[in-house]
Order: sequence, then structure tokens, then C-alpha cells
Amino acid sequence: MQADRIGVLTGVHFIDGDFAAAEGAIAAGCRFAAGYPITPSTEVVERLASRFPFVGGLFIQMEDEIASSIAIQGAVWAGAKAITVSSGPGISLMAEHIGYAAMTETPCVFVNVQRGGPSTGLPTLPGQADVMQARWGSHGDYGIIALCPNSPQEAFDLAVTAFNLAERYRTPVMLLLDECIGHMLEKVVIPPADEIEVVPRKLTEKKPGEYLPYLPGENMVPEMVKAGMGHRFHITGLTHDERGYPVMTAAAQEKLVRRLVDKIRLASRDVALYEGRWLDDAEVVVVSYGITSRVVHRAVEVAREHGAKVGQLRLKTIWPFPEHLIDQVLGGRVRSIVVPELNLGQLVLEVERVVRGRAKVVPIGHAGGTVHEVGVIVEAILEAGK
Amino acid sequence: MTTPVATREHAEGPARAEVPGCEPPENPVTKFLRTDRLPHIWCAGCGIGTSVNCFARAVDACKIPLDRISVVSGIGCTGRVAGYLRLDSFHTTHGRAIPFATGLKLANPELKVVVYSGDGDLTAIGGNHLIHAGRRNVDLTVICVNNFTYGMTGGQVAPTTPLQAVATTTPYGNLEEPFNLCHLADSAGAVYVARWTTYHVRQLQKSITKALQKKGFSFVEVLSPCPTLYGRRNRVGDGLAMERMFKERCVVKNGAATHDTAFDALAPGQIPVGDFVDRDRPAFLQRYNQTMRAQLGDDFMPYGEPEIDARAEADLFAGPEG
Repeated sequence: MQADRIGVLTGVHFIDGDFAAAEGAIAAGCRFAAGYPITPSTEVVERLASRFPFVGGLFIQMEDEIASSIAIQGAVWAGAKAITVSSGPGISLMAEHIGYAAMTETPCVFVNVQRGGPSTGLPTLPGQADVMQARWGSHGDYGIIALCPNSPQEAFDLAVTAFNLAERYRTPVMLLLDECIGHMLEKVVIPPADEIEVVPRKLTEKKPGEYLPYLPGENMVPEMVKAGMGHRFHITGLTHDERGYPVMTAAAQEKLVRRLVDKIRLASRDVALYEGRWLDDAEVVVVSYGITSRVVHRAVEVAREHGAKVGQLRLKTIWPFPEHLIDQVLGGRVRSIVVPELNLGQLVLEVERVVRGRAKVVPIGHAGGTVHEVGVIVEAILEAGK
Repeated sequence: MTTPVATREHAEGPARAEVPGCEPPENPVTKFLRTDRLPHIWCAGCGIGTSVNCFARAVDACKIPLDRISVVSGIGCTGRVAGYLRLDSFHTTHGRAIPFATGLKLANPELKVVVYSGDGDLTAIGGNHLIHAGRRNVDLTVICVNNFTYGMTGGQVAPTTPLQAVATTTPYGNLEEPFNLCHLADSAGAVYVARWTTYHVRQLQKSITKALQKKGFSFVEVLSPCPTLYGRRNRVGDGLAMERMFKERCVVKNGAATHDTAFDALAPGQIPVGDFVDRDRPAFLQRYNQTMRAQLGDDFMPYGEPEIDARAEADLFAGPEG
């Protein structure tokens, strides 16, 4: 289905990543947002607050992040596409409701414009230390999708994708910006509405009495419903059966939780977005995401000028972790994989897990607050290539 | 050989149903219940079921189409109400029923949204949401069953537990003065505030009816016995004894200033009940639409235009572009 023309600001814009993410959400059909101010994400909700009244949307500033993260789920069950936005400290408060969305299979989008942490950390400076939180932030086992744009343009594009994946898999999706991408002003081209693919909510066509809210359908994903359709359905965060009724048994837990995890695991290849550069002859590959990938972009060029056979794999989808891409990279003549990130070693753990000793894995940690120096990454590449 | 006990089989057995005109009348509340989920988890003597009975009859009295009403609960004994009602129902997280309901209501203003939860859920962990929902006057009805304790977790002290009452986490007596919930809701800005007990079933049903018909944030407190975890430890007797206590101590004070409605459930003295607050104030969406129209004129596109028929919309989604 194509995007609704009303929400799409077709044209060439000079806006930051936060505004671009907001525009992407609107283009994707999002018409409800709840949020609480926090640097460096506030511009996303400010944009939504000013734009929504023109496009039939509604933004409400709630009393805290906990309220915001559950208000959007109420809106989803009323039929809306909905978003909430925050940064590390606020996402920590939202954690329980990320789990609630996963458990109740409520399609929705959480934006985290990452700053330095832990705790209050560096409110105005970048970090990428919430990537494991994005995967494991709520208690219990569940799967989740997380996307990492590296430009305002991509913040727009991936915001649309985030909503589409949320609908396709009935799951919460994390859109992980960082302070740099969020506040960076660049050209953003918003295409005409008919060139933007939007996945509509798949509401059941079954009659009341026949519909089961948790009967797995295509790709293990049940059909959706909304309040007021006459189904008189029940939703709970307790372990439940296909009717949505609580069932406190190990068997019900096994059936439900395994499906929640598997539906995302099995989607891994379908949702893996990435960009490769000079991978064909690479002996060293730099794996990166978000703002760090832009530093890597230059570092790889400099290293090649120094004769290094180095390539770049940029992950736009970090969860579910695209294991097959790492396997593909290793299929060549790669001896080392360098992983710079604005944390002291998070996604590199996944790379190491998949590599299983088949190549040397070199983490380049950085505690955040700014980006890597190009020279540091170049040095690591040259060293790894020896 | 047979005992005169009226079992389910006895009441609905074929021997009686065969005689035309002799079928027992259907309980008016049955259509509200997910009978396939019975028996419920509540203890003998608990008042939550009584409150549900009053709620169901109030919904009947309002003639709200049952497909248009949603019930949102938090966590706890009263949090289980949503699961037993044959309505669109949401069992959310601890304390967060009100913000969930806020999203549900704002995203489909055609729905009648009721929050049905307990005192611990709504006023301790969810206290912040309660006061802010009152302040912004979202069009919700909150039914708060106050049994003076956390029942589901085994009887811990709550913001409603009377001073000096024994709870598992205050084994030597509660040190903190309890909230007067009606005063709290009134101060926060609720447009309708009432308190009754599970003894006052007619009055409670009437107040819930009024609350459901009120535009804006309405709050109904229902004092309820928890014989198992509160009553037993504090020597107030079983469920019946607590109902008797409600009967003897409650004084109807309709229109009373809510700061005069505090009470101590453990000490002798009056328990003020009644319809305390009934006033009008623009509800959130009403003010939103007015403000936006004034500011943006014809460029404003309101949220919550009367909903297109849900079935038709589902068909739309299933169209060739889908």
C-alpha cells in the first residue's frame, strides 16, 4: 500500500535527524505519539506536536516515560499507528513496556536517540552504548527488531521501515539514532507518497467468536484487531493461550515464548538491511553502524590509500543480529574484522559469537562523548591487515 | 437421598428446562462475564465480585453498546476484573492502566473507556498517572476498589492501609497515614468523585452509572473487604463482619467537601460515603479540538473523527493494495 498523501512532505528539506525521523513516522501513517522531554531526542516529539494537527494526528506529552510507553500501546489497540521517543534514561524507564509490547504483540515504534551513559551520563553528547539495552532491555525472553540510521535521510527512511516491520511482525521496533545523527542537519529528500511503501495493519476479517487474537498466522504472526470491532477480545501481559486468556503452565510458556523469539529469529534475513563497500577483495572488514560508520567511511578510504585491502560492512539492522552477513563476509579471504563502536564492546560480542574464531576480531571501544578519530581506526585497520 | 442444595446442574438440569416457561431467568450480569473463565480467583468474602456486579448493572442502565466499551486493568486482585468481563479488555502492567486507557481513549474517542483496578495499583505505583489524568481531564471512568492492602502479593502495606494496621511488611503496625483517595482525585481535578462500599450496592451502581455518563475524568472509590489478608490480621473479622462494619459506620454525605471525607478504617467513627463531586470542565479532547481550531483554522485536521465502520475499514485494508 502507498503512503497517505496527507502526511507526506514531499520535497527537498534541510532538517536534522530528529525531524527526519518524525517525518518518516508521519509518512508511515503514524498518527499518535506520546512522549516526555529528554535531550537529545526532544526535537522528534516537538516536530510531531507541531505537525500532527495538520495531518489528523495527536501528540500528548505524558507525565513520564513509563506513561508514554504504555499510552502508545493503548492507542495501537484503538487502531492507531503509534510512536514514543526518548534517550537512554527514558528508555530505561520504558523497558517494562517494551516487554509488554513484545508479549502482547503490539506493533509500535520506540525511538532512542542515544547519548553517553550510564545514568544521566552525557545528555548532549553521542553514545552507542544502548545497543544491548535495545536487544535485552526488558526482562524475559523475546525478540526485537532494531534499526540504526547514519544520516537524517536514513532516519526518515528507516522510520518508515520501522513502522512497516512493526506491522509485519506484530512487534515493537527500536529506531536507534545517536546524538550526532539526531542533531545533524543535512539534505533530506522526501519522495512522493506513491513511492513510499507502507504496510497497513492486518486487521482480522473473521467474525466475532471465530477470531483468536493469538492464533499464529503467516510467519507465526497472529492477525490484529482493535477495540470496538465487536470481538470482545482480551489482552494480557501474563502468559496466555491463543484466546489471550492467562494460562500459568510451563507448556503454555514454552509455546508462547518460543514463538515470540522464533518469529523474529526466523525473520532475520528478511529484515537485514546493510550496505557493503569494497568487500570483494577485502582481507580486513570494518563492521559498524550509526554515526561511527561515517567515520569508518573515511578511515577505510585512507587505509586503502595506504594499500590496505579493507572493506566496510555497515549494518542498518542490528537486531536480530544479521549472522548470515558475517558468514558471507567470512566466505572471502577475510582475516580480520574490526568493530569500532561508541561503547566499550557491545555489538562486537555478537560479531565474535558468529565468527567463532574463523578470523581475528578487533574491537575499538570508545566511551562516547564524541566520535572516533579517523586515525585510530586507520591504525587498527593497518595493524589488522599485517 | 437428594439434598436441596441448588447446584448449577440442579438449576439448569434438563428436568426443569423441559417444562415450557419454567426456565430460570438469565442473570442480567451473565452476559458481561467470560463464563468460560470461571471459577474466578477471588476469595470467599472478597468484595471485588460485588463491585463487578454493580458495574455490569450500571453499564446496562447506561445502555452503552457492549461492543463500544473497553475495560483496562492494572495488576493485582482487582486487576483481574478485565479478564472476567466479556468486553474488549486489557490487563496491562502494574500501575499503568490509566496511561494505557488514555492512549486507547484518545486514539478512538468513540469508545467508552473504563479503568478498573485496585488501590495499590492506582494510587501507589500508579499515583502519578492518577493525578495527571485528573488534571488533564481525560474522558475516563476510574473504578478503584480499595481493600486497604495488596491482596495478590499476600497483604503488604498500601497507601490506603490505616495507621497502625498490621500488614506483612508492617508487622508492628503501619507508620504512614493513608491517602484520602476522594480528596486526592478531587484535588487533581476529577469532574465526578464518589465513594461507596460493597455493602451499598444500589448506591454504588447508581454512582457508576453517573460516572459512566459524565464527560471527563470520573473517579469512584469502592471500599471492599479483604477478609483473607487485611481483615484476619487486623481482627476485623470475615467478609460479612466487614460488610456489617460498613453498614454501621458509613454515613451518606452527598456533596461533602472531600477534605472532610477522611476516615480511619480501624478506629471507631464515621466513614463518609456519597457523591462528593459533580462539576463540569472541558475534557482533554474537547479543549484540544477547540484550541487547534482557533489556532489553525481550516488547516486543522481533528483526531477522532467519528470512526468509520470498523468492518468496512478492515475490508479497505484487505483491498488490492494491501
